Amino acid sequence: MELLGLYHYWVFAVLLMIGFYAVIAKPNLFKKLIGLSIFQSAVFLLYITMDKVEGGTAPILKDGVSDALYSNPLPQVLILTAIVVGIATAALGLGIVVRIKEEYDTIEEHEIQEIDQQ
Amino acid sequence: MTILFGVFLLTLLVITALAIVRTSHLFAAVILTSIFSLLMAANFFLLDAADVALTEAAIGAGISTVLFLGALALTAEHERATTVKRLLPLGVVAVTTLIMIYATFDKPRFGDPEAPVHQHVAPWYIEKTPEYIDIPNVVTAVLGSFRGYDTFGEVFVVFTAGIGVMFLFSARPGNRKDSRRRPTAEPGQGLRHYLVPRVVGRLLIPFILLFGLYVQFHGEYGPGGGFQAGAIFAAAIILYALLEGETQALRVLPLRVLTGLVAGGALLFGGVGVAGMLLGSSFLDYSVLSADPVAGQHLGLLLIEAGVGITVTGVLLSIFHAFAARGRL
Amino acid sequence: MTMALLVDIASWVLLSLGGAFVFIGGLGALRMPNLYARIHAASLTDTMGAMLVIAGIMLQAGASLATIKLAAILLFLLLTSPTASNALASAALLAGVRPHRNVLSKSEHSK
Repeated sequence: MELLGLYHYWVFAVLLMIGFYAVIAKPNLFKKLIGLSIFQSAVFLLYITMDKVEGGTAPILKDGVSDALYSNPLPQVLILTAIVVGIATAALGLGIVVRIKEEYDTIEEHEIQEIDQQ
Repeated sequence: MTILFGVFLLTLLVITALAIVRTSHLFAAVILTSIFSLLMAANFFLLDAADVALTEAAIGAGISTVLFLGALALTAEHERATTVKRLLPLGVVAVTTLIMIYATFDKPRFGDPEAPVHQHVAPWYIEKTPEYIDIPNVVTAVLGSFRGYDTFGEVFVVFTAGIGVMFLFSARPGNRKDSRRRPTAEPGQGLRHYLVPRVVGRLLIPFILLFGLYVQFHGEYGPGGGFQAGAIFAAAIILYALLEGETQALRVLPLRVLTGLVAGGALLFGGVGVAGMLLGSSFLDYSVLSADPVAGQHLGLLLIEAGVGITVTGVLLSIFHAFAARGRL
Repeated sequence: MTMALLVDIASWVLLSLGGAFVFIGGLGALRMPNLYARIHAASLTDTMGAMLVIAGIMLQAGASLATIKLAAILLFLLLTSPTASNALASAALLAGVRPHRNVLSKSEHSK
């Protein structure tokens, strides 16, 4: 169980850095957006990993059982809203990429910078 | 057994993420992102977060893929191979990963009931929900009532994103030659050539809408709620738009109605909050909405979940139509 | 042997068979030479794999509401997965990918 918990955190670190690498190293704007969404999903994984209680169940109260063990509902609330906000901002980012493509006819970062410097 | 399953799912997540970053075919990257979201949803379910798993599956694996594909159809399909030196980013990323892995050894043990995050507020919420709000799903109780102000702000973030996309796409593209190869089906006509998906899709759309209504109103008794229901409604209408063509879908739900939905949901949420103020208590206090405070909480939760569902549906559909209509210009 | 033990063993057999079919489907999707053969192999996962796995879980759930929900899920899967394969094959045909007449050729694309 200890190794599984640590494995969750290591996967979180690896996913975070994979997404971050896509944002900083890939010149294609679309790839950057996808990398950003991977980054966000890694953060969700961290929060939800922290909310699990050993032997607990989902935080839906059952009638008549007064002292059952439940997992923490608070990070779930935060992440639920974060997922929807993530898709909203991704949609806005995609709109900007489409407009850039229409104006510059490319979505590679270095080509856009070259066109800008002319 | 669940340990093996958990390890397997997490490893698949890492492999999928690596594949997404390394592939240069953007269409494949979008489909792999959808698989990534589905694996993430399965992982959330293993970690006892049923609501979050439902939201991630509906929004991440469903709507997000459609929006990315819609934007991809308007931009390039392949990533240009890069000659930029990549040693520095790789080095920074590797060092940061090692530092983070070193930091994870200090975290509390996985699943420890004595961890700091499970003290203070969370047991209070679980204890007091039957007393103040009396619904089984604690997550909806916290989302709608105890932390209702957060949800209010978040509905407005979704609303702003919808308006932002509408503003971005209100500018005409200018005098650009359309050198893109036209697809074999005329845009705006949908999948008219494909008989089997049309028949099966039209059979399924009423059931998808019914399921969306179920998820909306059962958010208090099981996993569900406004966000998931909004995504499911939007998915049903997007399926109709894919099958019958975007013009037909705009005849079913015109843009005026969509704009009304976008604004109306947020207005409903705000209205419930202001009603609490007008009835003598503070903003977003539902206990005063009815004679019995618990019944007032139920009424308030019902209204704000409806508001959330309406806004999310309207925004997701507006964004989809904005992307789809751009391809016709 | 009690009834519960028999039901347990039967459900495990069904689950393992379903897993085997999913594995075979995945292996076929990787190793087949062209697109249409791959669709054919992957559809094995959607039908036999899904049916056996869900039947195994239904046996585990016993006679409760969960069994009816699982049957509804199975019906939904059986309705939509073949439709998706059909849509994929139709889209490939319309895009110009032609099925191979000579199955011994090793080429990947036929555009």
